[in-house]
Amino acid sequence: MTQISQGAVPTAPPGERVPTEPAEAYEKPGTAADKAVTGFSHAVLIIWSILVILPLIWVLMSSFKTSSEIFASPFALPQHWSFQNYVNAWTTAGIGSFFFNSVIVVFGALILTMLFGSMSAYVLARFSFPGSRALYYLMLAGLTFPIFLAIVPLFFVLRGIGLLNTLPGLILTYAAFAFPFTVFFLYAFFRSLSKSIAEAAAVDGAGEWRTFFQIMLPMARPGLATVAILNFVGLWNQFLLPIALNTNPDNYVLTQAMASFASQAGYSVDFGALFAAVVITVVPVLIIYLIFQRQLQGSVSQGVSK
Amino acid sequence: MTALSSGGLTTGVASPGGVSPSGGLRRFGSARWRRRNLTFDKISFFLVFLVIPVAFYIGFVVSPFVQAAYFSLTDWTGFTPAMNFIGLSNYAKLFTDSTFLQAMSNNILMAIVVPIVTLGLAMFFATLVTVGGSTRGNVKGLRNSSFYRVISFFPYVIPAIVIGLIWSQIYDPSAGLLNGILTRLGLDQFTSFAWLGDPRTARWAVMFVIIWGLVGFYMVLFIAAIKGVPAEVFEAARIDGAGRFRTAISITIPLIRENVQTAFIYIGILALDAFVYMAALEPGGGPDNTTLVMAQELFNTAFTKGQFGYACAMGVVLAVITLAYAGLVFAVNRIFGGKSEVGE
Repeated sequence: MTQISQGAVPTAPPGERVPTEPAEAYEKPGTAADKAVTGFSHAVLIIWSILVILPLIWVLMSSFKTSSEIFASPFALPQHWSFQNYVNAWTTAGIGSFFFNSVIVVFGALILTMLFGSMSAYVLARFSFPGSRALYYLMLAGLTFPIFLAIVPLFFVLRGIGLLNTLPGLILTYAAFAFPFTVFFLYAFFRSLSKSIAEAAAVDGAGEWRTFFQIMLPMARPGLATVAILNFVGLWNQFLLPIALNTNPDNYVLTQAMASFASQAGYSVDFGALFAAVVITVVPVLIIYLIFQRQLQGSVSQGVSK
Repeated sequence: MTALSSGGLTTGVASPGGVSPSGGLRRFGSARWRRRNLTFDKISFFLVFLVIPVAFYIGFVVSPFVQAAYFSLTDWTGFTPAMNFIGLSNYAKLFTDSTFLQAMSNNILMAIVVPIVTLGLAMFFATLVTVGGSTRGNVKGLRNSSFYRVISFFPYVIPAIVIGLIWSQIYDPSAGLLNGILTRLGLDQFTSFAWLGDPRTARWAVMFVIIWGLVGFYMVLFIAAIKGVPAEVFEAARIDGAGRFRTAISITIPLIRENVQTAFIYIGILALDAFVYMAALEPGGGPDNTTLVMAQELFNTAFTKGQFGYACAMGVVLAVITLAYAGLVFAVNRIFGGKSEVGE
C-alpha cells in the first residue's frame, strides 16, 4: 500500500465514483480486506511495469553516453547530452537506409497480402465450391508449420526466379507468409457480414468485382484495419526471412541490420551508437503504438480469438 | 442447395442464396439464372480473387514445405545438382547427433517453461486488472488498469531482435544494468558475473527475456477474453460467496479456456523456434550449448555448412515436434476441460 501512495498512481477508495446499479443489494462490508487485496494487486502490477520500463529508460540514457562512460558506470548520467551517437548510428552504421528498406518491404508486402488475402477470404467465405474446404486446410497448414521447415527450399525458389537477395523477393515472401493469417482472419470477418447485401447488389446489377470493391470491402474496413495492424507488427519484426533470403548488405532491413551492427560493435565497441540505433528502431514504433494502442490491443484480442 | 452444389465454380456463385430462406431464393430466382452464365466478370473474378493468390501462396509457402520433406530424404548440398535419395538416413543420423539432440532438449525445456510462466503471469495480471477491483458494487477492475495494460504491452511492439540486443547489454558482465543493480545492493559476487556465459544461468537468463517480451501480449489477450464474459456471471459467483481468487480459478479460467488453449499453442510454437532471441543473446549456442535451439542448428547446417538435405530433416523434426505440441495442448484441454465443466 505504501508503495502505491508514493507513486503517481492515486488510489481513491474504490467503488465510490463508479455508478452503482441494483447490485448494491449484495455489497460486502469487508472493506479492509478489500483494500489489502487492491493494494497487493497494484503493488504487483507496478513492480512489473517498472521491470518493463526500467530497461527501456536505461537504453535511452545510455544512448547519450560515450562508450567509455558506458563502461565506467551503468547508472551515471551522460556528461554531455549530445546526439553524436544518433548521428553515428544513422549515417555511419547506415541505420537510416535500412530503416527505409524496412519501410519499402513491409508496406509493399502489406499492400500485396491485404489485397490478395481479402479477395481470397471473400471468395472462400461467400461461395462454396468443390475444394473450398481443402483450400481452408491448406491455409491452416501454412499457419501451423514453422517457417524453418520452408526456409531451405524457399532459398532455392527465390534463387530460381532470380529474386534472391532483392527487396522484391523479400516483399513477395513476406506477403506469401502473411497470406494464410490474413485469409483466416478475414474469412471469419466476411462470414459475419450479411450475405443479403451482396445478393441485393447482384440484383441491382453489380458484377462480382463491383460488389467486392464497392460494397463488401468498405464494409469490412474494421476487420481490414485489424489485420493490417497485426501484419504490420509481425512483418516489421520479421528476422528469419531476411537473414536467410536477403544477404546483400545494401538490402538489409532494419532487424537484420541491427543484428549485424551489434555483432560488429563487439569489435569496434561503439556501444553508444548501438544504444542509439536501438532507440531509433524502437521510438517510431512506440509512438505509433501509443497513438493506436487501443486499436492495436483490440486487434490482438480479436486476431487470436478467431 | 443440392442442385447448386453439383456444378463447378459458377453454381457456387449462386449458392449463398441457399442459406437465406427459400422465399429469398425465389425472389432472386431470375438473378440466379443469369448468374449461372460464365460471364467475363465471373471468370476474371475467380481467376484474380482466388486462382492467382492461391497459386502465389502455393508457390511460396506450400511448395517449399513439400520440397523440404523431400529434400530431407536426400544428401543434397545445394550447390551441386547431384541429389541422391538416401531414404531415412538423415533422420538416423539426426538421432545420434548429440548437438542436435541437445538443441532439441533445450527447446523442449523452453516449450515447457516459457508457456507456463508467461501465461501464468499473464493470467495473474489480467485477473488483477479486470476483476481485482473492489468487491463492493459492480464487478470491476483496478483503477488505472489501462496504464498497466499499455505499459505491459510495450515489449510486443519492439522487434524481438532488438529486445534481445537490449537484454544482452543489460546482462553484460561489467557494464550491464543487472550487475550494476546487484552490486549496488551489496551483492558483490555479481560484480562481473556473466549471466549469458555461465552454463548454470544462461538458459534461464534467455528464457526470462522471452517471457519479459511476451507477458504483456498475452495479458492483453486474456483481458479481452475476460471482458467478454458477461458481468452477471461474476456477480452471481459473488452472491454465492466466491472470493476474487476463487472466482478467477473456478469461473474465469474455465470460461476462457479456448483463449488459453490458443495462447498455449501460439507461445509454444514461439518457444520451439526462439531463433530471433538466440541470434541476439547467444549466437554461438551459449556456454556448453546450453541455449542452442534446433532452429539455430538448422540455420547453421543449411547456410554455413551447406548440408541442405540434413537441414531439411531437422526442419521436418521441428515441424513434427510443433504439431505434437499443438496436439498435446488440445488433448490436455480436452481432459481438463471435461472435468472443470462438471465442476461448475
